[in-house]
Amino acid sequence: MSRTELLNAEPAVLENRKPKNKFKKAIVLFVAPFGVLFLLFYLAPISYALYQSFLKVDRQGTFGKAKEVFGGFTQYIAVFQNGPFWESIGRVFLFGAVQVPVMLGLALLFALLLDSPLVRGKKFFRLAFFVPYAVPGVIAAIMWGFLYSPNLSPFTEVTSKINFLSADLVLWAMANVVTWVFVGYNMLIIYSSLLSIPTEIYEAARLDGAGQLRIALSIKIPLVTPAIIMTAIFSIIGTLQLLAEPQVFRTFSSAVNSTFTPNLAVLTTSSIPNIHLAAAMSVVLALTTFILSFAFLKFTHPKGN
Amino acid sequence: MNKQATSPSKPNSRRREPALTYSKARGPREQMLPRMGAMLIMAVFAFYFLIPIWWLFVSATKSKGDLTSTNPLWFSEFNFFENVGNVLTYRDGVFLRWIGNSLAYAGGGALIATVLAGMCGYALAKYSFKGRELIFNVILGGVLVPATALALPLFLMFSQVNATNTFWAVFLPSIVSPFGVYLTRIYAGSSVPDELMEAARLDGASEVRTFFSVSVKLMFPALVTVFLFQFVAIWNNFFLPLIMLRDEGNFPVTLGLYTWNSQINQIPELRMYVLVGALLSIIPLIIAFLFLQRFWRSGLGAGSVK
Repeated sequence: MSRTELLNAEPAVLENRKPKNKFKKAIVLFVAPFGVLFLLFYLAPISYALYQSFLKVDRQGTFGKAKEVFGGFTQYIAVFQNGPFWESIGRVFLFGAVQVPVMLGLALLFALLLDSPLVRGKKFFRLAFFVPYAVPGVIAAIMWGFLYSPNLSPFTEVTSKINFLSADLVLWAMANVVTWVFVGYNMLIIYSSLLSIPTEIYEAARLDGAGQLRIALSIKIPLVTPAIIMTAIFSIIGTLQLLAEPQVFRTFSSAVNSTFTPNLAVLTTSSIPNIHLAAAMSVVLALTTFILSFAFLKFTHPKGN
Repeated sequence: MNKQATSPSKPNSRRREPALTYSKARGPREQMLPRMGAMLIMAVFAFYFLIPIWWLFVSATKSKGDLTSTNPLWFSEFNFFENVGNVLTYRDGVFLRWIGNSLAYAGGGALIATVLAGMCGYALAKYSFKGRELIFNVILGGVLVPATALALPLFLMFSQVNATNTFWAVFLPSIVSPFGVYLTRIYAGSSVPDELMEAARLDGASEVRTFFSVSVKLMFPALVTVFLFQFVAIWNNFFLPLIMLRDEGNFPVTLGLYTWNSQINQIPELRMYVLVGALLSIIPLIIAFLFLQRFWRSGLGAGSVK
């Protein structure tokens, strides 16, 4: 009934209003530790990045002492004129437009199959599909880097004909790594959502003569849509933040440059060092991520709330 | 898809009894094809998900020479323990140190993060106070802020106090889990009855005591979930250590293996060490997930459905 979605979940909170301040001490004790750390390591960095992004380095003459001064939108103008940065944004958009639907489509398919009477050995498959999630992105990228490279790969038949690390394919080689790691995780989120559907609903549908496919399409999928939306949002965020995979693939392929993804561009810019520009890039990236997640939420929930 | 199979029972389908005939009609023969199709899909993808790990395991058991000259998916001379010994002793056992660091970052960090998030989520769920919704919404916004977006500003902040390149530069930011607050709030709201809190109060227990002795037990599945996912998030975190740490003594294992991997061209024997090290580094996580799956699966469900 209260099948709400991630962002406007209204938990079942206590109904009875307690007299004010009776538990003030306890509340402060419970909330403050997290609150202070959240302030220090979430809100403060965000504000600090904003602050840094409005500074610029002023140098008197070529050899003069460098000084940080207020630069207004100087850095933002530089970000918007930075070709490689926008190319990297375009690249992750393309990546996400293909990889996220494929990954979530597979996750949904597997979750539905696990939930259907068609599959035997559910426990095994559930675990087998989930195991890659235990592999850190860096390690997964290293493993697949070896698997793609012609001399070590068990699939030399394929890798000797197709160079997955070439400029044309390396983006999709990374998409495969990300898919490999995260399909099982997303599958489990959707699957646990499927498990919570009361079985009486299926009974009713079955009495009406609906087959498994019909039940999946018209009952299960609509009911797990909130879970799918949640996985989609986290996937969109993850895609825009790609870093480990391209960073590792740079050691396997010269086709991955130092500004391949936005985060890589931030890292590269900050180690120039041009921290003010890097900070502005971070802010633009975070805003893009935010806008995209919210746009996606609005798009999937046109009725507001 | 099964329309045909059900047609024999159609004439009766107005009445309610045919439910039985209906399920009989969908016996093993009719379901054969979809069942085989489904199993085929699952088998093919099980292969896809497991083969890289199998390959990693097999590779880690081989000698350096056999690595490229023998079948990559099957064993040759069993060299596993020698390989492990080499990795563990390489450069005064730096690999063990990385594993230890990762366990400290991820284990310690996730434990503290879980306790803090659990307390906060519990308070937000079970007490009504002014500004509660505001606090919750700000924290919820934090869920959407990707950890990597914070890495650079955190680095700048820590460098202001000369604290980059220290254990704390990676550890402290890891103990904050907004998602944990979200999940524990949802879970506490539905799993900790007010009556129980009231009863504990009547028994004279303080609020804090009630939380730690009663409520924590009821929230346990959610807490295990938060712990595991924070553990994985810290264990997998790459940007923060990459940008913060220069001294390899503080590296987590992911960053360590990454540096080894990027030196393979200069030091070829590192390739074997990277493979063995990768295998060793994923084993703790797989074990943790296997043992705790009963808990995190129910907690995961709570987060997405409630």
